[in-house]
Amino acid sequence: MEITTPQFKQNVTGALADRQLQRALSHVRGNFVGKRAAAAAALPEFEALRDEARNIKNHVLENLDIYLETFEKNVTRQGGKVHWAATASEARGHILDICRKVGARSATKGKSMISEEIGLNAFLEESGIRPVETDLGEYIIQLRGERPSHIIAPAVHVNADQVREDFRRVHTHLPPERPLEEPESLLAEARAILRDQFLSSDVGITGANFLVAETGTSVIVTNEGNGDLTQILPRVHIVIASLEKIVPTLEDMSQILRVLARSATGQEMSVYTTLSSGPKRKGDPDGPDEFHVVLLDNGRSDMIGTEFQDMLRCIRCGACMNHCPVYQAVGGHAYGWVYPGPMGSVLTPQFIGVEKGGNLPNASTFCGRCEEVCPMRIPLPKMMRHWREKEFERHLSPPAHRRNLKAWAWLAKRPGLYRLFTRLAARGLWVLGGAKRRTGFLPMAGAWTRHRDMPTPEGGTFLAQWKAGRHRTGQGTGGAS
Amino acid sequence: MSRDLILDKLRRNAAGGQSRAEREKAVAKRIRSASRGVLPAQPRAATARVTQFMEKAEAAQATTVMTTRTGVAEAIADWLRAHNLPAEIRTGKDERLKALLGGKAGNLILRQGPSDGTDTTGVSHAECGVCETGTLIVLSGADNPTTLNFLPQNHIVVLRRSDILAHYEDIWPRLRTAYGKGQMPRTVNMITGPSRSADIEQTLLLGAHGPVRLHIVIVRD
Ligand code: SF4
Repeated sequence: MEITTPQFKQNVTGALADRQLQRALSHVRGNFVGKRAAAAAALPEFEALRDEARNIKNHVLENLDIYLETFEKNVTRQGGKVHWAATASEARGHILDICRKVGARSATKGKSMISEEIGLNAFLEESGIRPVETDLGEYIIQLRGERPSHIIAPAVHVNADQVREDFRRVHTHLPPERPLEEPESLLAEARAILRDQFLSSDVGITGANFLVAETGTSVIVTNEGNGDLTQILPRVHIVIASLEKIVPTLEDMSQILRVLARSATGQEMSVYTTLSSGPKRKGDPDGPDEFHVVLLDNGRSDMIGTEFQDMLRCIRCGACMNHCPVYQAVGGHAYGWVYPGPMGSVLTPQFIGVEKGGNLPNASTFCGRCEEVCPMRIPLPKMMRHWREKEFERHLSPPAHRRNLKAWAWLAKRPGLYRLFTRLAARGLWVLGGAKRRTGFLPMAGAWTRHRDMPTPEGGTFLAQWKAGRHRTGQGTGGAS
Repeated sequence: MSRDLILDKLRRNAAGGQSRAEREKAVAKRIRSASRGVLPAQPRAATARVTQFMEKAEAAQATTVMTTRTGVAEAIADWLRAHNLPAEIRTGKDERLKALLGGKAGNLILRQGPSDGTDTTGVSHAECGVCETGTLIVLSGADNPTTLNFLPQNHIVVLRRSDILAHYEDIWPRLRTAYGKGQMPRTVNMITGPSRSADIEQTLLLGAHGPVRLHIVIVRD
């Protein structure tokens, strides 16, 4: 899989100059941020549920070995099979073996970031098995030969006119003059084409939002229903999931479900939450004959017991990237590997190495919005700082950078001074912005402001505004922790 | 073997000072107690719960109607007519549905068994509903094909009024009682509104891969 993270700077410059991308990115800000704030504000227990969700996952991570064994035992009891994979290549191998055993020619797929992490599609294709993405966003980017640019809205970087062109280019069996102006017609066309794929596929591969230890159940959360058709129509259902997806009980899953959709899309509940346990039962008129769970480690067990353990609480809701000024400006592809935004800035160095991925944690503005909105209360800025320190220790960063970081570390250890400094910096930007409240000039950030204006802070740090109750979008949501 | 490598590493790193025996005890207790955590306040009165269930389901673009046990077939026929749909439905062999529709189906044409994608309307019976978010719980089984929930363009779900619960956490004890502790039907579908996608420019479109319409028939009992 091509990794362009080391060229993050060039990627950013390209992204800022890309007008299609910039147009598409305006939807992120407009939609996700406001909807999440409204959904969180409408549930008085939201903050308490975030605490509970964090506690559940912390307990799981402290006992992950026992929970995984329990999960495996219960999958087996329900008639399924668990396959352990220490590495990406081992996971791919398991999946290929299962596909080969049933003579599969094609595999339909539900949305799965783990599938992206292990580079499954390219591998299946090389092995003579055609992977068919069925989530509309994933389908669009598969046609375009791209990678998801967002973990829950994979095609968020694509505009409708581009989708129209792609459909005309690829769906050549349909009349070329058919009308595709309305987004509805694009959806209808994809639905019809994928319907045939669902009905003829040999193997269905889905991810998992949760693995319930108590029952050996895998759970997917979707809106389209594609994941369900992927897993009930073919003979074989393969779940590909990483270790940390475990929750102890169905009750624990219910707790986290309440913060998941609200943080992700601002829905109170996604349309389909589907719990799958084993293959179809005796007498069941439909469902798969085989149920496999491929459990992927890929370095996660190394994070347990380290300063990065908290990251394993992540439920992949996407809120951190939706609220990140860097992500909002450059989109997901600039991050150069699978996971973008703040969660990607923590995970990427872990997975591809700090030599290649170390510049992501350095690109953070440390504005703290990601941690404010993370439903699992993951201290993302703190973990990015850990990476900075690691990189610093290894002397991987250039000397000027190291000087700045040293000064910053000195300042950060002195909260009073730090607050004063950030207040002054905010004031400084506020002055630069003048009446427009935008500035086209930012010291040390030429690439950033060449193509866009940086919104200037509204006259105070986030902390100060919070205390003064002047935050606009986060009414009663963020928790001033 | 990868399994042992992974588990060994986790055992070493995860321990947090506690012995394996202590941790095993904690895990067993957690699973046994199935504690319910934070439960968002819901209306106390059953009628208020039903009203909220209907409001929430409609906010998620489902439609709802309340009827009596003898009115189910007619309610379904009315809805099909109002949407210009053929008076044909596919159901599983569910006894509850048979009792409600059997003999009184009027001019409804009934088909039985799993869907192959050619039916316009599937009808299922819900195990329960949750008033928190207007969510339906539909279980798979010999009499309840899961394909009915996803392949037909229109999905009608029959739900007993007394099966409308307050919280998701109220579902699981019912399943433990019906199936045994740790046992599950192959598929549990939690359904909130008809299928949708916002993958094209974040514009919400109904009817992605699953049904375009979801109609809930609530039966007074
Ligand atoms: S880090 Fe938090 S906000 Fe970001 S995707 Fe994970 S759970 Fe969501």
